[in-house]
Amino acid sequence: MMQVENIRQEFPALAESVYGKPLVYLDNAATSERPRSVIRKWTEMSEKYNANLHRAVHRTAALATEEYEATRDAVRAYLNAEFREEIIFTAGTTASINLVAFSFGEAFVRAGDEILVCESEHHSDIVPWQLLCGRKGATLKVLPVDDSGHLRLDLLPELLTPRTRLACVAHVSNVLGLVNPVKEIVNICHSNSCAVLVDGAQGIVHQRVDVRDLGCDFYAFSGHKVYAAPGTGVLYGRRELLEQMPPYMGGGEMIGTVRWTGTTWAPLPQKFEAGTQNIAGTPTLRPALEMAEAMRDPAVEAEQERIKTFMLNELQRDARIRLYGIPAAPEEKIPLFSFSVEHSHHEDLALILDKMGIAVRSGQMCAEPLMDRFGVTGMVRVSFAPYNTLREAEYFMKSLDRAIKMLEG
Amino acid sequence: MYDEWLDKYEYLIDLGHRLEAFPEELKTEDRLIKGCQSRVWLDATVEDGKLYFRADSDAIITKGIISLLIGVYSGRTAREIADDDFSFVDRLGLRENLSPTRANGLASMIATIRQMAQNHV
Repeated sequence: MMQVENIRQEFPALAESVYGKPLVYLDNAATSERPRSVIRKWTEMSEKYNANLHRAVHRTAALATEEYEATRDAVRAYLNAEFREEIIFTAGTTASINLVAFSFGEAFVRAGDEILVCESEHHSDIVPWQLLCGRKGATLKVLPVDDSGHLRLDLLPELLTPRTRLACVAHVSNVLGLVNPVKEIVNICHSNSCAVLVDGAQGIVHQRVDVRDLGCDFYAFSGHKVYAAPGTGVLYGRRELLEQMPPYMGGGEMIGTVRWTGTTWAPLPQKFEAGTQNIAGTPTLRPALEMAEAMRDPAVEAEQERIKTFMLNELQRDARIRLYGIPAAPEEKIPLFSFSVEHSHHEDLALILDKMGIAVRSGQMCAEPLMDRFGVTGMVRVSFAPYNTLREAEYFMKSLDRAIKMLEG
Repeated sequence: MYDEWLDKYEYLIDLGHRLEAFPEELKTEDRLIKGCQSRVWLDATVEDGKLYFRADSDAIITKGIISLLIGVYSGRTAREIADDDFSFVDRLGLRENLSPTRANGLASMIATIRQMAQNHV
């Protein structure tokens, strides 16, 4: 069994100090720290295998290509996708969603069609759809959340119409930390001939993702939230759909032949990987996902459960604090907690906590419509990773209490 | 080092609490300083060739910082303010808050005060 303390040794950034205090890093939902195995792979790609992929015949290019394509196989296996060409490497979740918004939009969305998004989506799963609807004369519809943060699934059937082409839902909300019932949503949408895109930016970190079991048509995630290098990401897409979609960007290895009379496309997945790939970064997805798997260890998961129980109890019993995203059962929530404090501004709290060595997120968390829904200008968010400890959670709660008292004056 | 910071914040919080009330009707879009995570309003009036500032913020530390700034610059001429290098911010040890990426937007507050002064030169 792995112990959390042993895991922490693998993440050098966790040993850092800020303002003379040990760093307590609780902004994992924005960017997670990176293990040595990822940093090693990143360096190795730069030191030994630095060459353009796919095209050149020389040895270094061949080795770099092997690393890159082996990563595709690893991601396919991790997601349990059926075909390796269903794995497209991108620059992150935002890039993945924009790809779908453009290419799926070109293939399938016409004036008068509808796209459905959830009220709790990240801006990256809202704005690309607004842009698509603007281009095509389509309508954006919104599935609301209730006061506890749960999606109003009861409203889904009536929001879906014969014109709804795509529904977009986060696997786990980056603000509420609630695991959405994606499988159920997929079933309802599919029986209405509507495709489903899942924003997996948070889900990939805290859930076992099996795209065939979920049944979704697209699943997007970023590397930097799941221990890999920044600027890496994945789009899983069902082959049948990807084949019907035109390229997003043109140039580089995405072509078949280029003629003045017309150009043809490379087969999947190259069709969607225009330009020079993130040669050094993308291969870090392999050790990163291996680390994610290794951390699904009983001892580590037990500590995560203790943190979750402690945080839910503490945040809900304090009358000054309002927690957003109240789970009906513990397994519905990942260890991510957004809250506001009566008479204390989120920015003030984050500034003081920072000086106590605690990294948290404050503000709108890229979810302005959700802030409006709950009538706040922003929230404080603490998000835990498997390398965080219950002691850190306790230190956080103690520090939060001190910060609130300071602000009360 | 860390207690020094918390002392600094205690002081700014206290300043923020004591800042003169800002009229609600002045909380308009054009008085809002862009580039802050919290909302900061700044208003300037000219009397006998001198600028007088009033300000408010929904975050108390930011309110303390803007209180410091307007305490230093209120009652000075537009020329004096426009020519000032704002080095007192360094002397107060607030330099860390000056980076353009800092959420509380001290840099934006200074830029706005400068701009207001320049408009009146």
